[in-house]
Amino acid sequence: MTPKQPAGKVAGSLVSPAQNTWCPGCGNFSIQHMMKSAIAELSEEEGIPLENFVLLGGIGCHGKLVDYLNINSFYGIHGRSIPAATGMRLANPDLKVICHVGDGDIYAEGLDHLIFAAKRNSDITVIVHDNRVYGLTTGQYTPTSPTGFKGRSTPGGITEHPINPLEVMLAAGATHIARGYTRKVQHLKDLFKEAIVHRGFSFVDVLQICATYFNLTDYYNEHAYEVQEGEVDTGRFESALSKIREWDYDREAPIPLGTFYSVEKPIYEEKFRALTAGRPERRALVRKALEEWR
Amino acid sequence: MGEYSVLIGGKAGEGINTAGLSIAALFSRLGYRTYMYFDYPSLIRGGHNFAIIRASEKAIGAHRTPVDVLLAFDQNSIDNHRQRVHSGTTVIYDASQAVQAEGYGLPLDTIVKEEKAPPITGNSAMLGALARVAGIGREVLDDVLRTTVPAKHLEANLRVAGRGYDAVESVFTVEPLDAPALPVLTGNEAAGLGLVYGGLDTYVAYPMTPSSSLLHFLANRAEDLAVRVIHPENEIGVILMALGLAYAGEKTAVGTSGGGFCLMTEGLSLAGMSEIPVTIVMGQRPGPSTGMPTYTAQGDLHFVLNAGQGEFPRLVVAPGDLEEAYTWSATALMLSWRYQVPAIVLTDKTLAEGACSFDIGAVAELPDREPVLWDGAGEYRRYARTESGVSPLAFPGREGAVVKATSYAHDEVGFTTEESGEVIELQEMRFRKGESLRAELATYPAVKAYGARDAGTTIVCWGSEKWACIEAAERFGARVVQPIVLAPFPARQWKEAMIGAGRVACVENNATGQLARLLRQQGFDPGRPVLKYDGRPFAVDELETRLLEVFA
Repeated sequence: MTPKQPAGKVAGSLVSPAQNTWCPGCGNFSIQHMMKSAIAELSEEEGIPLENFVLLGGIGCHGKLVDYLNINSFYGIHGRSIPAATGMRLANPDLKVICHVGDGDIYAEGLDHLIFAAKRNSDITVIVHDNRVYGLTTGQYTPTSPTGFKGRSTPGGITEHPINPLEVMLAAGATHIARGYTRKVQHLKDLFKEAIVHRGFSFVDVLQICATYFNLTDYYNEHAYEVQEGEVDTGRFESALSKIREWDYDREAPIPLGTFYSVEKPIYEEKFRALTAGRPERRALVRKALEEWR
Repeated sequence: MGEYSVLIGGKAGEGINTAGLSIAALFSRLGYRTYMYFDYPSLIRGGHNFAIIRASEKAIGAHRTPVDVLLAFDQNSIDNHRQRVHSGTTVIYDASQAVQAEGYGLPLDTIVKEEKAPPITGNSAMLGALARVAGIGREVLDDVLRTTVPAKHLEANLRVAGRGYDAVESVFTVEPLDAPALPVLTGNEAAGLGLVYGGLDTYVAYPMTPSSSLLHFLANRAEDLAVRVIHPENEIGVILMALGLAYAGEKTAVGTSGGGFCLMTEGLSLAGMSEIPVTIVMGQRPGPSTGMPTYTAQGDLHFVLNAGQGEFPRLVVAPGDLEEAYTWSATALMLSWRYQVPAIVLTDKTLAEGACSFDIGAVAELPDREPVLWDGAGEYRRYARTESGVSPLAFPGREGAVVKATSYAHDEVGFTTEESGEVIELQEMRFRKGESLRAELATYPAVKAYGARDAGTTIVCWGSEKWACIEAAERFGARVVQPIVLAPFPARQWKEAMIGAGRVACVENNATGQLARLLRQQGFDPGRPVLKYDGRPFAVDELETRLLEVFA
């Protein structure tokens, strides 16, 4: 284990020299800083070596985060972080694998992977930078854009309704479901830490403003509130569901922030571990299989 | 007579494939080399399935049209194969199903009922009758049943087989050979064992004919072979999961066919840019689109050579038989790691699902190759520039290394860059790696040639058409030249193999002559095309007739 040192120092060393290209005021800054602090603190508090963290990014503004931190990373393609993350966990159970994904990235292009990772309870963490607009492709609607949203591909306003990703995740079998907001940074950091430590599939939808294309700061500031202890029974599906349905990403309503659901279930990757334990000499096994063929 | 052909036909669901493999085992037991072609439509029950099992004193890998014994479970199996029957053919049929047939009629319903055996054991009655007709002793028959039938059904099968045996007479005698009984494997099984031999840790696949049986084989043998076998949500998940495994240090292969490979192409490009090794076993079948899912084709050569956006080196190999499937699957996996490029093992339904005697003794061992690993000195740079183009690998979890893999154009560390000089260097580095791979392959048997160099006529072919061509070539005294490596194309070896080629025919299972196109691109004359694109491989005699048109 690394010697005790202030978390701030570790966090500082995690910033990479890559040039930051986010717009001024972008919600990604809070996510990056809180992720950096969460990793530094977990390394300090839990003794997780920094080299055991892996960050994945999809395509979109969110993905740049993996360049900005000096941490193992896999900067993948649109919507496909999650299967890659599952592969990493299969290969090495010591890794803490964290997917940073965008709402267009994962709820549109990558929704199948997201649902299946939740279904199989893969021990990975998914952090959704949910700014409810396509930023890098300059302002089209996403699966969580509200009805009536006017994007560059839908100038008349969309007539479809947004999905409530937390509800989708609950139905799919995710074992840890939370929502954060980029203006509540301490709260966000705690949600990150909790999700990373959770054994199984953990999911945090982060309400993030897009300073250029969809700035909902006033709306979120007015409606978002932190769920208090005892307000939701995180071990009960129905309790979680009712809290998750309080706001549907569309109508005007209070927006609960916090952890809604957190349960323990067997982890997908573990059932494969015994197979390759002890690094057997496979060439001998191939010869044996041929000698004893059928 | 040193060679026999048997056809067994019936409805899907009657166990024709398994019965065919048992017939192959029967001949193998006597020291014969066997080959089985299995033909079946895309349905679960009904229709018409058949297998042609050919046994020979010498190595073979293709079927012929005429058969010595026809085993028919129904009238279709008689009617559909009239062109295979000749004066010397013995027909054995299920008298309870086929009404217009000449030969030995076995009342399979009655036999099965009287022996209180399940209907599927009708296969054993046919096998018994075949053994008797072929003058093969009861003890050999029983022995084959003991090794192919699960213990709890063995007694019933032995009884039913005995009834079939006793119901017919000996017509000819298959003399036992003084040769070892070789195991009969499918191409997919050989490829699977080869992958494991080459260091496979995990196999990831989504079911798709003709690669599903590779998934099934490895899943069934996962414990024996100490590999993980994963079936995720779709082919996109498959290749991304494989890249995640490989990024974290595990040797991984995936399997698919054309439609699944379509979905994998974005992952293929990602592998090319991020330099993460992955081996793809690509079993071809007729397209476009769903095409004929259970039939064969060599129609995806240019697709795999060009799949993915952008330009990056790749290894493409097309084995022609079990031995090549075994050794080149191992080698593809090792070289994909050595050079951090995607490797594609291009097979087709004929090779993947066809069965053949496997002679491990005839496997040409190719060199062992290890990945280039980081030595731990200084700051780790995932994409460190080197002479060879290969950057040393480290995996996450390694102290002192920050491993940054990426789909974006990047600098040496792995940070995104769009700076002109950097991206030029990056692209040139990737191609240096491709050239290093090409240089290494110069020492491998990347092009195979059979027959005399002064033959004056040459048959060019690739993949599963190899053995039909080798046999047909004997008739013409021709030479056969077969490229196994298709990318990077072994131009020097090709040129050398084709010196004095004379008249050339290029045999392929596609409609446009895809190997011919590749040869032309490389500046070579591919000769005259001999193409077949009905979803079936060439029978040897059929190919001979077609070649007469070219060589006459």
